Amino acid sequence: MSLLEIRNVTRRFGRLAAVDRVSLSVDAGEFFTLVGPSGCGKTTLLRMIAGFEEPDEGDLLLDGRPLAGIPPERRPVHTVFQSYALFPHMSVAENVAFPLQMAGTPARDIDGRVREALELVHLDDRAQHLPAQLSGGQKQRVALARALIGKPRLLLLDEPLAALDAKLREQITGELIALQRAVGISFVFVTHSQHEALALSHRLAVMNCGHVEQVGSPEEIYARPANRFVAGFIGTINLLPVEVREATPAALRLFAGGLGEIISTPQPGLCTGDRGTLALRPEQVRIIADGGDPMTENRARGSVRDCLYLGDVTVYRIAIAGGVVIEALLANRDPGVNRFLERDAPVIIGWARDSGVFLRD
Amino acid sequence: MVGRRRPGWLWVAAVGVYAFLYLPLAIVVILSFNDSLLNAEWVGFTTRWYVMLFEDRALLGAAANSLFIALVSATGATLLGTMAGLAMQRCRSGLLRGLPVLVFAPVAMPEILLGVSLLLFFRQVLDLTLGLLSILIAHVTFSIGFVAIVVRTSLAAMDESLFEAARDLGASAWQTFRHVTLPLIAPSVVAGFLMSFALSIDDFVITFFVAGVGVTTLPLQIYSMIKVAVSPEVNAVSTLLMALTLTLITVASRLAPAALRLRM
Ligand SMILES: Nc1ncnc2c1ncn2[C@@H]1O[C@H](COP(=O)(O)OP(=O)(O)OP(=O)(O)O)[C@@H](O)[C@H]1O
Ligand SMILES: [Mg+2]
Repeated sequence: MSLLEIRNVTRRFGRLAAVDRVSLSVDAGEFFTLVGPSGCGKTTLLRMIAGFEEPDEGDLLLDGRPLAGIPPERRPVHTVFQSYALFPHMSVAENVAFPLQMAGTPARDIDGRVREALELVHLDDRAQHLPAQLSGGQKQRVALARALIGKPRLLLLDEPLAALDAKLREQITGELIALQRAVGISFVFVTHSQHEALALSHRLAVMNCGHVEQVGSPEEIYARPANRFVAGFIGTINLLPVEVREATPAALRLFAGGLGEIISTPQPGLCTGDRGTLALRPEQVRIIADGGDPMTENRARGSVRDCLYLGDVTVYRIAIAGGVVIEALLANRDPGVNRFLERDAPVIIGWARDSGVFLRD
Repeated sequence: MVGRRRPGWLWVAAVGVYAFLYLPLAIVVILSFNDSLLNAEWVGFTTRWYVMLFEDRALLGAAANSLFIALVSATGATLLGTMAGLAMQRCRSGLLRGLPVLVFAPVAMPEILLGVSLLLFFRQVLDLTLGLLSILIAHVTFSIGFVAIVVRTSLAAMDESLFEAARDLGASAWQTFRHVTLPLIAPSVVAGFLMSFALSIDDFVITFFVAGVGVTTLPLQIYSMIKVAVSPEVNAVSTLLMALTLTLITVASRLAPAALRLRM
């Protein structure tokens, strides 16, 4: 049985359904991420789990027991707020001790546990500081320690890294994974950064306009997006309008304007004439110098429209006949050497038949 | 750093304004130490008018009344005003949306209007004998709004998720108030109390209407002394009252800078 069950939950504000018939489950010990564009209902869903909002329809169950009517303070669920919400009049140690005091933990146990919790987030030397004397990253860690010290069943994190700079985000991302493993508490993490979602989660749910579009492991979501929204939201991707020419268990033959025939992985339930989109990751597209690569069944001629040098990789935008533009990504293995393609240089691109996913319209 | 030079006329204007505000008060203070009954010119330094104050039975009685009224009415206004401020912050929709205007209105209303209407209310509606009780109620009435404004302003500046975080981490509604809300608004509550105290101890107009015949407060007593003559004794008691008010307001503005800057 899963730890948290969300069954068909809807929450409306006026006529807008901020969360619309969402069903999800989170397992014990899992790092689960909600990702989606701004305003898609992530915070609202989190607030219902925490108990600050009640669903208009549907049920939330924790350990199989319904959460309806239980106030936030009696749910074994703690939250790390985006603004951290540290109590400004209390020291770091007092902030972290707060949940224990509210739970009536004997005073002699509190000091030891506060010290442990602060060691866990490497802040034991800041115990007597006030929140105002801490940096953003340190505040964030205090908020984490405070939310974890009461040993909740579930920890909710609402964009906890949004206020930090890129370098610090990266560092704390790594620490978060280690921390979650160490404490073994289920995390539900909200972000609108696809990088964080992919890097952190065991599983993630991609949300859009109050709906859940797809749930799966980062690999599943990245490699097999269920629809165009997910494909476009997670990572960059080439979306080519195509039509099914022939669908057999052995191969899927597609036709795209400007590209001609494309061979792709077979999918059940398609028939000739179906329209859809071929989603192709830029890193799956090869740029072939002399046409001698046997791995790429699909070929097209084009010319370099522009390129974007990013240090580790270079992104080329290749113009194909018929106005189609395909992005291809090349790793810069020997820095300085690989920038060989000038603007307007003629190239041949290719990709293997098992690259790319056909998405029905 | 290169110091920026401010234009000279700005200095002149500032000095002018301060002189306009404080020169009359300064004269009162200076004359209260003047060893002359006639007030007219400086004769010599003395503190005998202050000694005389403490032998004036009527004045001491009025001062005691004023202090008692200020203490009780400021306490009452602080309790009610704080609750009003909290309610305003909490209930920003629905029935209570009009609450702020209703609570703040007495702050801006002409004192004489408030005095007359309170008098009518006490006499005709409540049929109350004018005296200590009517003064106390009146003072609470005109102070609530100030406390509510100060408390509300400090709450509005706070991150709402602080209170949610407390609930989330296991505090009941009461514990949240006790451990988070109250400590955070405490400076504003104290500031509100001090302001109410200062307003109450200085008030003349409203008290004049609702005091009746039995009870005299310090401002009323000063007024009745002036009717005879502006004696050095009046200067001395005014100086003390001024010093007290100034201290209270200064402390209050330190405690709740944002709220008081808004009003003053
Ligand atoms: N208290 C509220 N009253 C009215 N509408 C609300 C309220 N809370 C949220 N909404 C609306 O519900 C929708 C979802 O909001 P929510 O805060 O859950 O989005 P989000 O996914 O967390 O976005 P972001 O990434 O920007 O934080 C938004 O359109 C928002 O305007
Ligand atoms: Mg949000």
